[in-house]
Amino acid sequence: MKTGFHSLLLSPALLLLASTFAVSVQAQEVERGDVLIQHATVLTVTNGTLNDTDILVQDGKIARIGQGLRAPNGVETLDATGMYVMPGIIDAHSHIAISNVNESTSPVTAHVSVGDVLDPYDIALYRALAGGVTISHVMHGSANVIGGQNETIKHRYGVKDPALLPMDGAPRTIKFALGENPTRVHGRGSNIVPASRMGVEFVIRQAFSEAQRYQEAWDRYEARRQNDARAIPPEYNERLEVIAAILKGEILINCHSYRADEILMLLDVLRDFGVERITFQHVNEGFKIAPELAAFGAGASVFADWWAYKFEVYYSTAYNAAILTRNGVVTSINSDSQELDRHLYHEAAKTQKYGDLSDDEALALITINPARQLGIADRVGSIEMGKDADLAIFNAHPLSVYAVAQKTIVDGVVRFDVQADPDDMRLEVDPETPVETAFLWEGHDDRCMEGTDLLGFFTGQ
Amino acid sequence: MNVLLIFFFALRLVIAPAPDDAAKARQGVFALTNARIVTVTNGTLENATLVIRNDRIVALGTDVAIPADAEVIDCAGLTIYPGLIDSGTQLGLIEVGSLPETSDASEIGDLTPQMQALTAVNPNGMAIPVTRVNGVTTVLTEPSGGLLPGTAALINLHGYTPEQMHVGAVEVVKLQFPRTGRRGRFDRRSEEDVKKAVEEAMKKLDDTWNQATLYARIDSSYRANPEKDRRPEYVPAMIALLPVLRGERPLMITVDASADIEAALKWVKKHNIPNVIFTGLSEGWRVADQLAEAGIPCLVGPVLSTPTRDSDRYDKAYANVGLMHQAGVKVAIRTGETENVRNLPYHAGFAAAYGLGKEEALRAVTIVPAEIFGVSDQIGSLEVGKKATLFVADGDPFETRTDIHHLFIDGYKLPLESRHTQLYEEFLHRVPGLEKTSEQVGERP
Repeated sequence: MKTGFHSLLLSPALLLLASTFAVSVQAQEVERGDVLIQHATVLTVTNGTLNDTDILVQDGKIARIGQGLRAPNGVETLDATGMYVMPGIIDAHSHIAISNVNESTSPVTAHVSVGDVLDPYDIALYRALAGGVTISHVMHGSANVIGGQNETIKHRYGVKDPALLPMDGAPRTIKFALGENPTRVHGRGSNIVPASRMGVEFVIRQAFSEAQRYQEAWDRYEARRQNDARAIPPEYNERLEVIAAILKGEILINCHSYRADEILMLLDVLRDFGVERITFQHVNEGFKIAPELAAFGAGASVFADWWAYKFEVYYSTAYNAAILTRNGVVTSINSDSQELDRHLYHEAAKTQKYGDLSDDEALALITINPARQLGIADRVGSIEMGKDADLAIFNAHPLSVYAVAQKTIVDGVVRFDVQADPDDMRLEVDPETPVETAFLWEGHDDRCMEGTDLLGFFTGQ
Repeated sequence: MNVLLIFFFALRLVIAPAPDDAAKARQGVFALTNARIVTVTNGTLENATLVIRNDRIVALGTDVAIPADAEVIDCAGLTIYPGLIDSGTQLGLIEVGSLPETSDASEIGDLTPQMQALTAVNPNGMAIPVTRVNGVTTVLTEPSGGLLPGTAALINLHGYTPEQMHVGAVEVVKLQFPRTGRRGRFDRRSEEDVKKAVEEAMKKLDDTWNQATLYARIDSSYRANPEKDRRPEYVPAMIALLPVLRGERPLMITVDASADIEAALKWVKKHNIPNVIFTGLSEGWRVADQLAEAGIPCLVGPVLSTPTRDSDRYDKAYANVGLMHQAGVKVAIRTGETENVRNLPYHAGFAAAYGLGKEEALRAVTIVPAEIFGVSDQIGSLEVGKKATLFVADGDPFETRTDIHHLFIDGYKLPLESRHTQLYEEFLHRVPGLEKTSEQVGERP
């Protein structure tokens, strides 16, 4: 190392380089916390209800569950006397925290992903936390038969780096859509297939068949490459790569669907192509084919009581979730709405009116069942030792309409505290906005078809 | 003669009325015994009896004689409540939201106060039984779209014709006050465009009101002198506003953003509107003191909605009703729903949990809307002489685990059935199940 003038120049530059490297490494770290929750009524969901029980959280994981636990050095205690702790709520169908919902320019857009447009500033993340939600499966919209890929995110509200939202290790998922939405956007809107449910089936079969041929071409190339270094690879196609991954079982299908016949259609198609796992979304007529869904092992993620807003949901019943549950289908209740996701505990409670589900059965619809559907049940969805410390604390049993969430914990970090909410919880405020605009409630706040109204603008129709 | 009498009574025994779960509505004499009775206006009674004869409550109390001809319904462990009232819906006007052929809530034109919601109601709408089985017996159903979209009506959720459903001949003319708030996230208009639209709408409203005032004068003069004066021209919008100007019919003004509420208060004062109700009021808490001072009754909701501003506390929409009530505003709760009006008890439950309290929340969906619509002599509480519009539940109707066991509207005992319950019965255990599945078809392209 040269001393003198040159080292004077080098060392600050090296320091600068070193510090930027250190900052970027820190930016990838997810915050994890420690806390000892004491004297709570613990609703484990999978192992019954435990009275006057403590939960020790260390480094973002549930370390111990028991009575009379002691806090290790430096770990804060949280007195939950008279309160109920349940696993953090998992919303299996959401469109919050993404700046766009639909790439509606084609019926098959498997190559796009909402993971590319995550928005950590969305206040909806915080408001859902205030209703006990810790994980949302944020999805592409329902404009396309095969839509874009989704993202399973944790409500780490407060982070400004979108890369810190996705739950690491969560399986990849993709959005499909059947019925009125894709036929309206593409058939009736742009005059391209599909305009009917016949076309919807064909679009899927065509995409799967093309992906199969694509995979076969690449397999042949890989085989040939063993012996011939000059073998020419087939043309790379991201869209077909993704669909081929679906066929290999590497990406879980989540399919927006309503009518019994179209759900049966997709089950047949999946059987033909050897795809074994699927979760249907909305599936308002699922109750009509509950035996078939159970036999296939398909999951269903439904509304508590939305119906009649479109013709395909006219023949619905609020007893859907109960009928599916009683027939052995893994069922979850989702929101598809940044209004509903604030009270999913209340939506789940409706199954006690419509079908007499027990407390644990109702709570499972918003915890362990969506976790199973999303492939993350080993990490979350119940209060068990070793699982992530995603917890929601209420001042009354969460299935009561009078329950108010007190604290919501993600990875052991308190991300919502009813006593530390001074009104404006926005992460960023534009100093040039004089007065905030009031957004009036227009009902049915779902973003499933957002972005499709711009199609006419782009295509000049 | 005696033989005939005996024969007659024997016949009556054979053709006796069917038991409780008959599929038809029936009226008669009923004694609901051993019940807890939440009267709303006169406290709560324990181990009490309520007697219904035809369409009325004829007796209520702990020491009531059961009439000899009464069908006795033992309500031990159960509670009787007055039927719940939703003061703002579009129930019966829209069957399937996305299909315009099935929607009769909106008419062409901005100034159409003469459009009647009542006669457009479909008494056989699928959502009507779905709603009443959850204890909501009476709703205001309102038109939408345009400045003066039409005349709303108060209806019971039972009847085969709109006239049979109509409660107390209540009709209110609706005014959609020019709004500065954004109509949802899809509203991408610029600030200037919004401002311009509001200015134009205000001008139109003022012009219309001035014309209506003039028309009312002409009409009054004609009525005083029908032989000498000429009958005023047929202007339907003006004719529809006559009862409003004369205070005979309320004007129900939809306002939500706080700036709009303040503008509406000024406008009402300027034109001296005699009988006003406000509805919507999602930012009512911001100007609650002014509303209380003006003494205008408010139909507030939906409670289950998102706060209007990103900077608002997360629970603002739930706490809104409670904050307005605390400031002294007379508040009723509305859902603004069409097919899920059945969730009214939960809007009330959330309002109760976030500041309004259970007792006031129950009043906000019973006696208060009844008073606001001028029918508190008929419905809204359980009192002798009022209509037998009530339900019997096994717990707090705001809790989802509560079940409703009996339902009466205008004294008719109604079966607790709907499309939803029928589908539950058919499909809980479907017959055939999987056993009738045929062979797989051949390969498809």
